[in-house]
Amino acid sequence: MRRSPFSICSARNDNQLDKARAGHGDLRMTLLLFVEQFLNGMQFGVFLFLISAGLTLVLGIMNVVNLAHGSLYMLGAYFASTFFGLTGSLIVALVLMIPVMLVVGMVIELVVLRTMYERDHMDQVLATFGLILFFNELVRLIWGVDAQPLTLPVWLSGNVEILPDAPYPVYRLVVIGVGMAVAAGLFWMITKTRMGMLIRAGASNRPMVGALGVNIRFLYTMVFGLGAVFAGLAGLMAAPLQSVESGMGEEMLIFAFVVIVIGGIGSIRGALVASIVIGIFETVGRSILPFLMLEIVDSETAQTAGPALASMLVYILMAVILFFKPQGLFPARTG
Amino acid sequence: MLSKLKLSILIGSFLVLAALPFIAEAVDEPFYIDLMARVMIFSIAAMSLDFILGYGAMISFGHALYIGLGTYAVGILAFYEVTNGWLQLLVCIVGTAFISFILGLISLRTSGIYFIMITFALAQMFYFLGISLEEFGGDDGLPIDERSVFFEGLDMYDPWTMYYLILGTLTVTTFALWRIINSRFGMVVRGSHSNDDRMQAIGFPTFKYRLAAFVIAGVVCGLAGFLLGNLTEFLTPEYMHWFRSGELMIMVMVGGMGTLFGPLYGAFAYIMMEDFLSQFTEYWQFYFGPLLILLVLFAKQGLWGMLPGKEDMSDE
Repeated sequence: MRRSPFSICSARNDNQLDKARAGHGDLRMTLLLFVEQFLNGMQFGVFLFLISAGLTLVLGIMNVVNLAHGSLYMLGAYFASTFFGLTGSLIVALVLMIPVMLVVGMVIELVVLRTMYERDHMDQVLATFGLILFFNELVRLIWGVDAQPLTLPVWLSGNVEILPDAPYPVYRLVVIGVGMAVAAGLFWMITKTRMGMLIRAGASNRPMVGALGVNIRFLYTMVFGLGAVFAGLAGLMAAPLQSVESGMGEEMLIFAFVVIVIGGIGSIRGALVASIVIGIFETVGRSILPFLMLEIVDSETAQTAGPALASMLVYILMAVILFFKPQGLFPARTG
Repeated sequence: MLSKLKLSILIGSFLVLAALPFIAEAVDEPFYIDLMARVMIFSIAAMSLDFILGYGAMISFGHALYIGLGTYAVGILAFYEVTNGWLQLLVCIVGTAFISFILGLISLRTSGIYFIMITFALAQMFYFLGISLEEFGGDDGLPIDERSVFFEGLDMYDPWTMYYLILGTLTVTTFALWRIINSRFGMVVRGSHSNDDRMQAIGFPTFKYRLAAFVIAGVVCGLAGFLLGNLTEFLTPEYMHWFRSGELMIMVMVGGMGTLFGPLYGAFAYIMMEDFLSQFTEYWQFYFGPLLILLVLFAKQGLWGMLPGKEDMSDE
């Protein structure tokens, strides 16, 4: 069975789940399991936010469907593993990765995306599909078909006790912290800075902003580069948790689409809320659902239907939300 | 209506398809029978996508789902030793109609980018469901032990029989979709493509029409899956993967969007191109990706659209 994109945490989950099953009715184990799953969900939500933040800005401001956004996540992970391999420091890898991803994003915007603004969505889908094919093969040509290794440095690989007797990996807490910091920074940028003001203005009335003398083309290029950096950052942080390989971005892209659909196109706030909701729903759902089903149906049915239902959970949530709110939770196109 | 040139090309193509097994046998290349059978199956699927995409402006990015559902209808029933072809066909049609109805109900409430992303995500949901169904092979898929049994004397294992069965289905679906597009129903769907508000204002419940078109496309594509399951004797969630949906869109675009017959040639061109490029390099997608971008930029009208004569859409 294919596991969720962050399979390391799933392995831990199963272990915890067995413990919880053994001590059936043991309230403390159940609570611990829940807290751990909640944190895992937060961490998954942070990844989703970093990816969908850039994507939702591009969609909201430029009205472009960019399937290749997952490729930026993949490139970020590849660059991270290479830079880490060369320098041996995750911090240096991060510092090197940011300008590289900014340039990569801007080049993609200048060469391909720019020609697509006036085209219909069908063309955008096909052209960016072409980009995915290109990048997936490009990384295999450059880095080879094998997955790239990136092991955590010692200072990040330990555990902390979040509750007495309940260790939790430091790195996952760092991921959550970094994600929250980026989210706060992004909100500050969107609401308080001149560039953020232009982004919001561009989202609500593109021609008017251009008519007022703002270099809207350059703004687009910058926003796209910024989105690439966020996706790259997610790729860098995911690299030690996930195998870095060709096509790794697509699975995240699907989740990012779900996040954007739920959150509302162009809304950073919507992306944040939906990312955390989806992250927790997916992670907690996967581990708790088979457990809950044991209470309702016999164990054989639970074993068959549990994983099947768990894999559909997020999409069912999306369908339900859309049924009541076809424009997403935060339909404003203003961030 | 079709120009004389287009009509003669179309009739000529079907005649060539009808004669192909004899030619392949004569030049001792029976491989081509199988290859063209595949091309025709994907032609059916691409045509059904074009029906909603080109004529109804419903950019479904999850259409390969219905190919997968068709193969699962054959495969799962065969797994439980139900090989009656009529029953399998019934399950396939009812199943794809039901699922496309539900998915259409959800996704047609939205439009534009939302519609693309929702059809994409919902199709992926079924892909992940297929993976989690360990009983039917999960990720690895499952061989289909026996092809459908329709009646005494129809040997589904004979390549010629299979070929002509697929050709027959292609001919019938092409004709049926052509009639639908030019019917009153088709006019309403095409009208809602041009201006949905106006169609509603003159009293058409366009949502129902669009939903019906969505279901028709799903069922026709399910038939393609039914044939594919019989041809490849294999069931795998891979057929539902979004990559396959993207390929179907490429076939539509290469053939000519909004031209019913274009996707027939688009499917042919795409499968041949894939076959050709992968002979030279394992990394054929590295070259195909940029080529696709160039095609979108400079050859949007597609093969069928490049032919002189009036566009199929423009006879309003």
